[in-house]
Amino acid sequence: MTRRTPLAAIGLGLSVVLLLLWSLFPLYYAVLTSMESGSGIFRIRWWPEAIDLGNYRALFATGAFGRSILNSVLVAVLVVTASAVLGLTAAHALGRIRFRGRRLILLAVLAVSMFPQVAVLSGMFTLIRGLGLYNSLWGLALAYLLFTLPFTVWVLTTFIRELPVEIEEAAIMDGAGPFTILTRIFLPLMWPAIVTTGLIAFIIAWNEFLFALTFTLTDDMRTVPVAIALLTGGSQHELPWGMIMAASVTVTLPLVALVLVFQRRLVAGLTAGAVKG
Amino acid sequence: MMAVLALVAVWPLARTIWFGFTDASLTAPGDYGLVGFANYLEAYDGAWYGILADPTWWRALANTLIFAAASVTLETVLGIAMALVLNADFPGRGWVRAAVLVPWAIPTVVSAKMWAWMLHDQFGIVNAGLMALGVIDRPVAWLADATTALPAVILVDVWKTTPFVALLMLAALQTVPRDCYEAARVDGIPAWKVFVFITLPLIRPALAVAMVFRLLDALRVFDLVYVMTGNAEATMTLSVHARQQLVQFQDMGYGSAASTLLFLVVGLVTILWLAVLRPDRSAAGGRHGGAGA
Repeated sequence: MTRRTPLAAIGLGLSVVLLLLWSLFPLYYAVLTSMESGSGIFRIRWWPEAIDLGNYRALFATGAFGRSILNSVLVAVLVVTASAVLGLTAAHALGRIRFRGRRLILLAVLAVSMFPQVAVLSGMFTLIRGLGLYNSLWGLALAYLLFTLPFTVWVLTTFIRELPVEIEEAAIMDGAGPFTILTRIFLPLMWPAIVTTGLIAFIIAWNEFLFALTFTLTDDMRTVPVAIALLTGGSQHELPWGMIMAASVTVTLPLVALVLVFQRRLVAGLTAGAVKG
Repeated sequence: MMAVLALVAVWPLARTIWFGFTDASLTAPGDYGLVGFANYLEAYDGAWYGILADPTWWRALANTLIFAAASVTLETVLGIAMALVLNADFPGRGWVRAAVLVPWAIPTVVSAKMWAWMLHDQFGIVNAGLMALGVIDRPVAWLADATTALPAVILVDVWKTTPFVALLMLAALQTVPRDCYEAARVDGIPAWKVFVFITLPLIRPALAVAMVFRLLDALRVFDLVYVMTGNAEATMTLSVHARQQLVQFQDMGYGSAASTLLFLVVGLVTILWLAVLRPDRSAAGGRHGGAGA
């Protein structure tokens, strides 16, 4: 790895360039298209010629898309909060307290993460209808716990197991109650793990499509993926590609920024969740 | 936590299986009668009815299996290649690693739309590029043509999920002890032999886990296919088929039965896969043991 022949260096350089092109070109092209106006969009271009934000203005002009973004943010925050609170308490129990059937519960949690979404669709539909949560953000948030909870519990349980028990024992000796232990000792120690799982839960909630498409009815309850999938222009025959790309770029850039900033944390979380699972 | 999990997972699944034996409709889910296995297979007047007698379902099953097999294979090969590149030392490696994650971070619906635009038959850049290179002499309607639609969808799935595989492989590569490579270099063993006989066996457990994860995801694929090609039969997967019955045709009983079948297919493939893998895993050594799902 230390010495490299010129040929190998060129090969490596080429593969890196190829890798970057393969990964980034579609996003670059989407940004390019989103800044084209009128008929300009139908000419193939590789470089931007003029920056025109007309598509972005048109996108936000009616307020419907802004509303979708707000919905997505609300649902994602609800999901992240609920899965963090539930996941943390469950992970504490599963990671620290010995009881019968603990392995079984962990296996059941893992099995849930393998459910095909469609397999719970009709059951979930009646559940959400029964609770009166159809076409509401609460219903979506509840449904999303199906994906985020198993994952959160797994990663947090693994993390708790790696923390030394002595800290807790010392705290108990000093007379700390369970609540104090959780908030004053575990929370500060587990902060990195919580941020990682929260971030991944946020991404899952932000991207989910099937439930959001099925459990919402009206424009004002849509989340961004559904809004993008259903975006149509004035004419039925031609899709407003410029606007679709503007919408795509708008919902993607925050995620890309998050991923770039938290890259190390994310990699650690994903590999912990997958490899140790 | 278990109560919530039971509420959002076990109960809906049980309800879905139950609805599969009824003639419930989505418009009035409370009003139904039991029909036994009629949604699955029923003989009536000398002809067969039900999902298992429906050519559309078999087509969807074939599409799903092709999709899963092709996409998992390609992702694995490309993912390992990508991880090998990322594992090398070069300036700006951290940035390249972050950049490679971008396709994974892009919402599925967005990547489906982005690629649908790039694959557009008249204005798409893929056609323009291939024509400029002289590979094709007139535009191809990638997503409308029955023969190219499924490969096109597979390509987009591979694009989107290879970073995930690469990430897991990179993590595994970094656990391979350096002295193994050094010993190999001293002995003058060619690089490909080092890869096949040293690297591959050592990352095998992690590879198996990554493949199981991807296989499960690929078998239940919905949004990518739905957004790119809608309910077109050429690309319809089991998830798309089940949702079409359930939501579009409002046939909750039939759709639930289709969903239950999908659940069984996923379970069956996973069990088969794990059964195939098991001997390898114990052979791969105790140090990495227990990495399986």
